[in-house]
Amino acid sequence: MTADRLPATAKRGWSLYDPRLAWLLVAPAALLLICFMILPIVVMGIYTFYTFVTAGVEEASLTVANWHEFFTDSYYHGFLLKTLRVGMVTALICAVVGYFPAYFIWATAFRQKWLLLLLLIVPFWISFTIRTFSWIHILGEQGLINVWAMKLGLIEAPMQMLYTEGAVIMGLLHFLLPYMILNIYVSLEGIDRTLVQAARSMGCTNAQAFREVTLPLSLPGLAAGLMLCFVLAAGSYVTPQLLGSGRDALFGNLIYDTIMGQLNWPMGATLSIVLFFILGSVAAIYTRFMGMSQIVKGLGG
Amino acid sequence: MSRPRRKSWSSEGRLAWALTRIITLLVYIFMFAPIVATVVLSFNASQFGGFPMTGFSLRWYEVLWQNARVIEAFQISLWIALVTAVVTTLLGIVTAFALVRFDFLGKSILGTVVILPALVPETILGVGLLILIKAIETPRSLGILVLGHILLALPYVVLIAQARMVGVKRIYEEAAMSLGASRLATFRAITLPLLLPAVVAGALLAFTISFDNTSASLFWRPAGVETMPTQILSMLKTSISPEVNALGTVMIVMTVGIPLIGGILVQVVSRLKKRTTRETAK
Repeated sequence: MTADRLPATAKRGWSLYDPRLAWLLVAPAALLLICFMILPIVVMGIYTFYTFVTAGVEEASLTVANWHEFFTDSYYHGFLLKTLRVGMVTALICAVVGYFPAYFIWATAFRQKWLLLLLLIVPFWISFTIRTFSWIHILGEQGLINVWAMKLGLIEAPMQMLYTEGAVIMGLLHFLLPYMILNIYVSLEGIDRTLVQAARSMGCTNAQAFREVTLPLSLPGLAAGLMLCFVLAAGSYVTPQLLGSGRDALFGNLIYDTIMGQLNWPMGATLSIVLFFILGSVAAIYTRFMGMSQIVKGLGG
Repeated sequence: MSRPRRKSWSSEGRLAWALTRIITLLVYIFMFAPIVATVVLSFNASQFGGFPMTGFSLRWYEVLWQNARVIEAFQISLWIALVTAVVTTLLGIVTAFALVRFDFLGKSILGTVVILPALVPETILGVGLLILIKAIETPRSLGILVLGHILLALPYVVLIAQARMVGVKRIYEEAAMSLGASRLATFRAITLPLLLPAVVAGALLAFTISFDNTSASLFWRPAGVETMPTQILSMLKTSISPEVNALGTVMIVMTVGIPLIGGILVQVVSRLKKRTTRETAK
């Protein structure tokens, strides 16, 4: 049956799957995306050329002073390098540690697999702020580790674990591991299991079958997880704020302080655009090679 | 399960599998230990927020209950999240419907752009919108905060609805329309019921995303307004008090309890429906 022969569609002369109707349907969402995401980023780009007068005041006279300051002041470069390093370290640890649970959930003969998957989704429901500050109970001076270690006589005075870069990475791992595990798992689930059996029947050991078949076929999920973890870690604000000291602040904190603290809007806009371009190009390089579909699967799953 | 039989495993393979199990267990402990610690400590009688436990007490819940600012923040977050959930679900379902069923100019661009709010760091979205409303000299308002939350939740609802929509064959809709049903009636009677699981899942997710949002809310909230997460952040500025633990526990029970109960209800209802249709078929 062709679409345009349907009686209900005859009115107003629109065909059943008329593009005009589609535009009407997507108009509200498109409008929201334009007004609240695209336009703000464009305006932010223009704002980077505004002149900063004093806290909260800027002039619309165009200047490259903000960009000059960013490119010459090593203060900003330090934050940028640290942010990229923390992001990369977090993503790599996530990949290495996260592969095991993903593989386990895929390969286990355990019937209640859904329970293991549900337990990975439950953290997404718990407030991110709460999940982050709960680490203070583990790493803090009155935290689980210090209190027990002192009780057992292992240490004399509490160890300083909180408000360090390690604590920030720990908090980021806690936040990002479920993303990584789910991404790898989705990828593993897509593997035809008979391929592994075939490799085994051809004389591969389990280790060889894993190395030659399973691992390469799960790489798309691993890559999507790495990209997602890096971008989310490098863009984080709350985790360094709660678990790091001032020295462990990341680029997100720098942006927040520049705008909300110093009220230097043009510089804040410049820093935001820098972060946007760096993370955007990481995502662009990724999609150039892998396409969007894997991230979509990971986010939607 | 098509995994190779355990017996045929080499000792190396067994070792690897044992390692996998141990690391998996450790990861799950890692995921939940801090949360359990927070819940346990909320019942601590001590006036400090940390270990050791000095006794069981509910007094921090009482203190929390009398904290007017917390109650106010809670109510504001609840309203914002409810409005966000309803609007985002409507918006997301309609957008996903158009993206799956129609072919139109700009479809692939929209399909990509609609996912971006989930990928662009919140700090950037936060600053951007703030600069825009400063540039057009509009004060921050609750309306803008809600619209911002809708933007942040939209990708997830669209993705969930799209995934479900692909599984709903357009033949059903076309059949209804060829029998004389209007578009709207068709959508209500055919498409929407088949999409119900996605609608419920999308609404719940949108609710939690809004209720949980911290970074962007810090930028967008009107002066003097605290949402639940920003209220928690400001309470943490001094030190970690047992009251914050109690607040955290209440939030955990809510945000984990509501989707769990919702999910179970959907399961029960669909099972009951199946049973009744089977019985009437007899």
